[in-house]
Amino acid sequence: MATATTIPVEREHYLNTDYGIRSWLLATDHKRIALLYLVTITLFFFIGGFFALLIRLELLTPAGDLVLADTYNKLFTMHGQVMVFFFLIPSIPAVLGNFLVPMMVGARDLAFPRINLLSWYLLVVAGLVMLHCIITGGVDSGWTFYTPFSTAFSNTKVIEAGLAIFIAGFSSILTGLNFVVTIHRMRAPGLTWSRLPLFIWAHYATSIIQLLGTPVLAITLLLVVFERAFHLGIFDPTRGGDPLLFQHLFWFYSHPAVYIMILPAMGVVAEIIPCFSRKRIFGYSAVAMSSIAIAVFGFLVWAHHMFVAGISLYSAMIFSILSYLVAVPSAIKVFNWTATMYKGSIHFDTPMLYAMGFIGLFTVGGLTGLFLAALGIDVHVTDTYFVIAHFHYIMVGGAVMGYLGGLHFWWPKISGRLYPEWLGKFAALTVFLGFNLTFFPQFILGYLGMPRRYWQYPPEFQVLNVLSTAGSTILAVGYVLPMIYFLWSMRYGKIADANPWGAAGLEWKTASPPPTENFEEIPEVTWEAYNYDEIPAGGTGWPIAHS
Amino acid sequence: MSEPILSSKLYVGIWAALMVLTVITATVAFVDLGPFNTVVALVIATLKALLVVLFFMHVKYASERLTKMVIVCSLFWLLILLFLSLADYHWRGHG
Amino acid sequence: MADSPLVVEHQEALHHQFVDAEQQRNAASLGMWLFLGTEVMFFGGMFCAYLIYRLWYYPEFAAGSRSLDIWLGTVNTAVLICSSLTVALGVRAAQMGKRRLLVLLLLLTLVFGLGFLGIKAVEWHDKFVEHHVPGISFNADDLMRDNPQIHIDPAHTQIYFSLYFAMTGLHALHMIIGVGIFCYLTYYGWKGRYTPEYHTPVEIGGLYWHFVDLIWIYLFPLLYLIDRHR
Repeated sequence: MATATTIPVEREHYLNTDYGIRSWLLATDHKRIALLYLVTITLFFFIGGFFALLIRLELLTPAGDLVLADTYNKLFTMHGQVMVFFFLIPSIPAVLGNFLVPMMVGARDLAFPRINLLSWYLLVVAGLVMLHCIITGGVDSGWTFYTPFSTAFSNTKVIEAGLAIFIAGFSSILTGLNFVVTIHRMRAPGLTWSRLPLFIWAHYATSIIQLLGTPVLAITLLLVVFERAFHLGIFDPTRGGDPLLFQHLFWFYSHPAVYIMILPAMGVVAEIIPCFSRKRIFGYSAVAMSSIAIAVFGFLVWAHHMFVAGISLYSAMIFSILSYLVAVPSAIKVFNWTATMYKGSIHFDTPMLYAMGFIGLFTVGGLTGLFLAALGIDVHVTDTYFVIAHFHYIMVGGAVMGYLGGLHFWWPKISGRLYPEWLGKFAALTVFLGFNLTFFPQFILGYLGMPRRYWQYPPEFQVLNVLSTAGSTILAVGYVLPMIYFLWSMRYGKIADANPWGAAGLEWKTASPPPTENFEEIPEVTWEAYNYDEIPAGGTGWPIAHS
Repeated sequence: MSEPILSSKLYVGIWAALMVLTVITATVAFVDLGPFNTVVALVIATLKALLVVLFFMHVKYASERLTKMVIVCSLFWLLILLFLSLADYHWRGHG
Repeated sequence: MADSPLVVEHQEALHHQFVDAEQQRNAASLGMWLFLGTEVMFFGGMFCAYLIYRLWYYPEFAAGSRSLDIWLGTVNTAVLICSSLTVALGVRAAQMGKRRLLVLLLLLTLVFGLGFLGIKAVEWHDKFVEHHVPGISFNADDLMRDNPQIHIDPAHTQIYFSLYFAMTGLHALHMIIGVGIFCYLTYYGWKGRYTPEYHTPVEIGGLYWHFVDLIWIYLFPLLYLIDRHR
């Protein structure tokens, strides 16, 4: 008697639909491209992090005893360039945005999938140029490329680094272009603007900044390259050029760039908080409009990076006032997230830990930005560790934690597996502790007067520096752990169903991992976003099955 | 969005206007109008630009506001760059 | 529509991510307009530098401007305007399905575009010969001689010429890319790919070309027409 044994056929989805290196390197599926980006930027995160560890090692002792002064200049330059242009700017938009934007609007892909792939290749090419630059001597101008040092005096590979970042800029521009067209043109039937997830609003605002700001960086770096290569005199004071002109052009992009880095993380937080509070977001319109407001006001404040550089006092006053104004929409968001949690049913899963950490650390970073916006205070703490602590609180305590929170939240959707929840919590706490130990002492150091970009310092600053370095090693552990358990989960993690968190949003209505075409049938949307009062707790797997 | 087909006469007419404006701007440059030389040159350039954008690029017949929004926003952002930088230079005095 | 046996019936390939052809067309159009917006900001950075240095170094900018050949500049402006006409008529030809006319107009556009680049090459050569290229061989003595009544600082004239070469150079680069795009359009136009139902590449290629013309419409008075009446 033959027993009919049915071998379960694995459902086809975007990961198993095709195998081989060509299917990945020539992929036009936004989900595959998102994973290509994930690998690339993780690599750059480690390179940038490696430079950070060397910096912290040098700063363990007051004397400059680990590396030469010139080498130290290269370390902080390349740490900044790699982290900003090759990790932070792409991170959430290129990984989570690429993966989720089409799904959240109910589309089958982005508007221009081949341009999406081109974006990735541009980042890879830019990265290779940058790596070559690093390996063959590096660059020491600071990530800010200030002239005339970068154009006339530096003996390092400024042209190569400038060209690498120029190319990376186009990657960023094309991603932004793709998102704006997709969001405008490809929303599912019934999905009006006011029903869009706030993640989409955040990415829309981010894309506007990418489109309008990055080209100015592109032309500025190109002019620096031309000046160095062809001996033009545009920024050369001996020929009547103005170094401040470079700074105006550079910061016109680089200030909005920080909003490119933080807005997507805010979008992630806006998805996580309602889900783990089981509540509608408080003040949807306020949060959505605040995203746009940040994008617009963010372009009006750039010279607050130049308060002591020699700009006129009246212009400094104007930029100071505008810098205070730009904090308002961010504050509105923080209040709305907090109000969402009020009287919610809070679940402290890993994504929520990262989101709550984000709110606290972003608030500290943001408030210290207001200190810096005050001219009187800025004169004392500019170019000290106070500034470094400020922006790391936002970039690392904010953006990176948003990124990690998002990775954890959408991991089941991306991989079809659950990561080990207890390890996730442990890593989140490690990151939080390590981060604060690394960067809080730096506020104090800056306030006490320790300058940035100096490779040696007076002995009285040593204790705080040692604390900071100790923190950085803990932070590093916190970053390595998710890498390990995410990889582990792809093979051994518990299988996830379509909606393990019981979350709202179109992406949770399709299988985990999703099929290549995202949806069997494009849904017609008749409900508002964050309809947590309608999503049954436990109906689709809530509380989640922890592995 | 099916775009309306404009008559070739209209295109040639716009072309003629552009050529005339070009000749005007080149010849007026040789007339001493003091500071107004620059103003006149830029006004003529802007007129030419408007003709190209509205007619050759079909913006006058564009059925969507979004296209016009993109154009207006780009120009507005450029003006932000120019004006706020200029403000600093104005108050700093000359180099 | 077919006015030649060479025309192949080409159904517009609807990419899988779009619901219908109209959505695909609208997406392409919006994409190109957004890209042109980024180009406004790209050139805008140079316009910002130009604006500031012109205010600071007006005499030197005027002297530099007067050393440019205004007739070549005016002819080039006319050439680009003609090319914009042929582009606009070309889009119209595609809308009406007139394949031969489309190809002719695209070819004419290429002729005008290459003509512009040729004249630009002549101008740059002149600047090289006159030692007006910034760098080691830069020499502003002739400018000082030609403008005895105003004080010219040779270092500041280098800034004018730096901007001249940066702005016209990047404009020319965009022109070259435009020529490449139009070679592509001419080839596929000849192959009969563009029909009244599908001619999006011609439309958006046209938008790009017009934009390059727009930049020149501003570059011409700003670079060539400073203080000419002296």
